[in-house]
Amino acid sequence: MAAISREDVAHLAKLARIDMNDAELDHLAQELDVILGAVARVQEVAGADVPPTSHPIPVNNVFREDVARPSLTPQEALSGAPAQIDGRFKVPQILGEE
Amino acid sequence: MTTIRSTAAEMAAALAAGTVTSVELTEAHYAQIERVDPAVHAFLYLDKEGALAQAEQSDAQRKNGQVPSPLAGVPLALKDVLAQKGIPTTCGSKMLEGWRPPYDSTVVTKLKEAGVVILGKTNMDEFAMGSSTENSAYGPTHNPWDLTRIPGGSGGGSAAALAAFEAPLAIGTDTGGSIRQPAAVTGTVGVKPTYGGVSRYGLIAFSSSLDQAGPCARTVLDAALLHEVIAGHDERDSTSINAAVPQVVKAAKKLDVKGMKIGVVKELQGEGFQAGVLERFHEGLDALVSAGAELVEVSCPTFDYALAAYYLIAPSECSSNLARFDSMRYGIRVGDDGVRSAEEVMNLTRHEGFGPEVKRRIILGTYALSSGYYDAYYGSAQKVRTLLMRDFNAAFAKADVLVSPTAPTTAFKIGANDNDPLAMYLNDIATIPVNMAGIGGMSLPCGLAAEDGLPVGFQIMSPAMRDDLMYQVGGALEAALLSKWGAPILDRAPVLAAK
Repeated sequence: MAAISREDVAHLAKLARIDMNDAELDHLAQELDVILGAVARVQEVAGADVPPTSHPIPVNNVFREDVARPSLTPQEALSGAPAQIDGRFKVPQILGEE
Repeated sequence: MTTIRSTAAEMAAALAAGTVTSVELTEAHYAQIERVDPAVHAFLYLDKEGALAQAEQSDAQRKNGQVPSPLAGVPLALKDVLAQKGIPTTCGSKMLEGWRPPYDSTVVTKLKEAGVVILGKTNMDEFAMGSSTENSAYGPTHNPWDLTRIPGGSGGGSAAALAAFEAPLAIGTDTGGSIRQPAAVTGTVGVKPTYGGVSRYGLIAFSSSLDQAGPCARTVLDAALLHEVIAGHDERDSTSINAAVPQVVKAAKKLDVKGMKIGVVKELQGEGFQAGVLERFHEGLDALVSAGAELVEVSCPTFDYALAAYYLIAPSECSSNLARFDSMRYGIRVGDDGVRSAEEVMNLTRHEGFGPEVKRRIILGTYALSSGYYDAYYGSAQKVRTLLMRDFNAAFAKADVLVSPTAPTTAFKIGANDNDPLAMYLNDIATIPVNMAGIGGMSLPCGLAAEDGLPVGFQIMSPAMRDDLMYQVGGALEAALLSKWGAPILDRAPVLAAK
């Protein structure tokens, strides 16, 4: 495995939507290198014949009847909103002006 | 006489006998909190008004002959990862500062229905990521045994509240050991039920295939009583097990392990484990043998890979789960100046709102899930998970329960592992396999390490859906050790002075 670079971390931070300054990127690149070096050993035992497990207790396709039931009022759902307008969440612009 | 040092079962009996009221018990605990919490910092928020109203209601109900559960009227401390309607719920993060959930988690609903009095919310590592509670955005919790040391994590607040007699019961959550390791280093009892045994509805998600809420207490019976209050199927959690709750109270009261086979996990002792921890662990084994149990050595070779697999799976799931903190619907919002785009605001908010460990894990998980690396990292970790389950299945074919020390060391000094995330992760080496396989795990105190006089935890693991077995062994071991010691282990903790 190639060592993880500062540029790699910057790309990951962009994907994860977290601003990071230069010092954070440098520090994290070093740390991730060490951590990935340690966790990469899972590959030693993960043979092609071993099936993956995503979930410890097999529970499949849990459905319920499609009937209305009590839930949050609009006021309750908006109660934690950083900003709201006319009973809706108010968010910063998503599209540019052009 | 009932005091704050009584067990929850004793408090419940005193309430039933009418020698104390829930209001009196609640007030006594707040008095202790006021006295010691400035030094311990177990709590992030106290809901005195709400708790006293609950206590009054419980006393009134009892007068009318209504006793909704065996723990009605007994106070409890709630880990700040669980939503409680109208009560600030931060998950130890700046991201959720000031958030008041508009709904109750199922655990809270069940506690309220059972008449349990919720004193307040306890401190934790941010988003439950950590083994020391140092990652809380609101400052660390201090171990009541030695205030310069960590109380474990992520549920250090809940465990410290018990050890400091600020509450007789607490709720924790355990993704890789966050109930059991704090229990171990504070001389208390903590149980991670079988995955799916307790609803995750309203539990702020960290790693959804591993997270599980469970009881924290000072005795095995108290944990069992609380377990039966919070467990059970919930249609609001699609991973909730639709089956009868194991009879853990009955099991905890059996005090009988004659003929039971106790599997001692070869891989969870030796290198990396403190000498005093191993010494007390072996005393625990001797006590079980004296009580009539049979020891069997079992080998789980894949356990050596469990930590590595966990630190791929948990960060991967966390990178996805924590995407919900986008500054749009709840939580803080940073830099919304009317000019910046939603994406820029999101980036700034997540920069400000998340602490270093959370960022580290989100980035690690984003990497492990990214195209080109997925098979090598996340995919391989999922295969290790299969191998771990095979190891457990083979071991449980030879033994009723498995045992190990809960944590490799006693409580370390606050700040000791600040610059070494890998060293910090090693705290969970014995607890993680349980989460990966979804089985039950308990930690109970088995004495104090000779070298530092600090508590040591004894871990008992039981097969999925057989949580009763760990309670049976735990109850018997606790009774055997208590008769040897003559007094509960917390009697040997220093008495905290008022600050």
